[in-house]
Amino acid sequence: MTEREHGWRAFGPDSGVGSTNISDNERFVSVVGGGAALLLGLARRGVPGAALALGGAYLIYRGTSGHSPIYGALNVQSTHEGGVKVRKTMTINRPVEDVYNFWHNFENLPRFMQHLQEVRVMDNGRSHWVATAPTGTVEWDAEITTDRPNEIIGWRSLPDSQITNVGGVHFRPAPANRGTEVEVSLVYEPPAGAAGALIAKLFGEEPTVQVTEDLRRFKSLMEAGEIPTIEGQTHGERSMIGKALSGVM
Amino acid sequence: MKAICWQGKDNVSVENVPDPQIINDRDAVIKITRTAICGSDLHLYDGYIPTMEKGDIIGHEFMGEVVEVGKNVNNLKIGDRVVVPFTIACGNCFFCKQRLWSLCDNSNPNAAIAEKAYGFSGSGLFGYSHMLGGYAGGQAQYARVPYADVGPHKVPEHLSDEQVLFLTDIFPTAYMAAENCNIQRGDTVAIWGCGPVGQLAIKSAYMLGAERVIAIDSVEDRLQMAEQQGKAETLDFREVNVVEALKELTGGQGPDACIDAVGLEAHGTTLDAVYDRVKAATFMATDRPHVLREAIQACRKGGTLSIPGVYGGMLDKVPFGAAFGKGLTFKMGQTHVHNYIGPLLDKIEGGDIDPSFIITHRITLDEAPQTYEMFKHRVDHCIKAVIDPWA
Repeated sequence: MTEREHGWRAFGPDSGVGSTNISDNERFVSVVGGGAALLLGLARRGVPGAALALGGAYLIYRGTSGHSPIYGALNVQSTHEGGVKVRKTMTINRPVEDVYNFWHNFENLPRFMQHLQEVRVMDNGRSHWVATAPTGTVEWDAEITTDRPNEIIGWRSLPDSQITNVGGVHFRPAPANRGTEVEVSLVYEPPAGAAGALIAKLFGEEPTVQVTEDLRRFKSLMEAGEIPTIEGQTHGERSMIGKALSGVM
Repeated sequence: MKAICWQGKDNVSVENVPDPQIINDRDAVIKITRTAICGSDLHLYDGYIPTMEKGDIIGHEFMGEVVEVGKNVNNLKIGDRVVVPFTIACGNCFFCKQRLWSLCDNSNPNAAIAEKAYGFSGSGLFGYSHMLGGYAGGQAQYARVPYADVGPHKVPEHLSDEQVLFLTDIFPTAYMAAENCNIQRGDTVAIWGCGPVGQLAIKSAYMLGAERVIAIDSVEDRLQMAEQQGKAETLDFREVNVVEALKELTGGQGPDACIDAVGLEAHGTTLDAVYDRVKAATFMATDRPHVLREAIQACRKGGTLSIPGVYGGMLDKVPFGAAFGKGLTFKMGQTHVHNYIGPLLDKIEGGDIDPSFIITHRITLDEAPQTYEMFKHRVDHCIKAVIDPWA
């Protein structure tokens, strides 16, 4: 069975308990991410640490067993203790080398990740990230955990980060030179736990939406060389309702 | 500059707004010399298209002179005279590479909204709701044109604005509708709607080798134009049962291809049309697919239904069983305008067609609001209104 069929089946109606419902790629990301989360969680004390460790253990289970009992039709899963997982795939009409290389330079990420202000790559393979959050700015240091050219990049935040997060991006050539399938997996613990995710959701910054929009911008930047926008264009006078709506959209 | 702004259902107005600016490096700004009101603008006017906002500049058929180019636009220079496709396309994505320009993956900044409604988003359009990009339109004195290195097409000086203006939308739309009919020798094509697209579809069907074209409408002037300019046979749907009449006219066989050049706001006198109006008025359905039903019923077995008329949402009581039972082919969608501008410009230059025959009204921007009202009610013989934004 091909990767694609696996991927499709993950969302099929027959993905029952005990069967494999996660693609091999994702299982890989799951094990990597899960392992990192588990280590991070164990290194931290207190409830958030335990939650992360639990989440990590779960990801490893899921990665090794190939089955996710809570995956279902949802792309985002909030574990009971507050960890958030997002997974999203998009096809980009560029060769895998180009897509990998662009992403591999983390300093490019703020160009399409709306909430990232800055990523500074340091010379020891580590990087410093600055992002905007509902509560202001958050900063953390990250390190690369996996790097296989044109295949996968994995990273995780270092202990004592304001947002504990683990991420992976998988690159695979689409059939018949149709570009590159890019699959992003993120696990993170929002600043204020589950409540933070809820607040983010209320303000339209639900993590799957955000990752989807970031990936969409990445695709536009890679394909068209720019990100489409109507921000700053001319228009007639808006009504109050229109203004409110445009804020949401 | 002056621009036509959407204010709400049945309400557009002329406003003074800031001039458009270059925002992205592939943008250009066009000084508009001619622009038109499209039948599909009436769907906005009638409030049928969701995600419009008060203050949106509308209009998507426009041409003019390049006055500013972004730093990544190398094929245009200031002063170039161009027509602008109403579909906005990046030219780089999988769909653009397949020449399916109106399905461009990158041109809609609000793709997420369209994805919720349709599963995937089509391209951005000028002046046609936020779900389809929210781009300011061309019923104005200037417009910002994204991906200007891909869309705008230069036109020769010896052709007038009126001769080439309709390359921006309705001529390619009509031509693609006829092309989608896959016309074979001896074919009869039936066309519902004798508005501008219907009129140009009649011409296009003949250009592509149709034996006969039968046009259906109820407005006297439009039927007359279809007969005189288009050389079509005509049916007035108020007077005949269209399905029966088409059967009789085609030796009991039915038309080989049917074009629905009406779309979601079909009028009709039959029971189903009244039912649609009630349902749409009570928000129990969005579109009124009376023409679609009739075309499915009338088309010959194994025939083709080509749909250039715009549909937006949910259709009620569409006889899908009949479509299946007769093995019909459906072809539809927004026009891949970029494919047609060059070839159709050649036809205009070669004297095969002068699309300006459909123009009935030449107006100023200030006259546009009243013209919308007139166009909506098909009064004053209005078929196509062209605006000189500087008059």
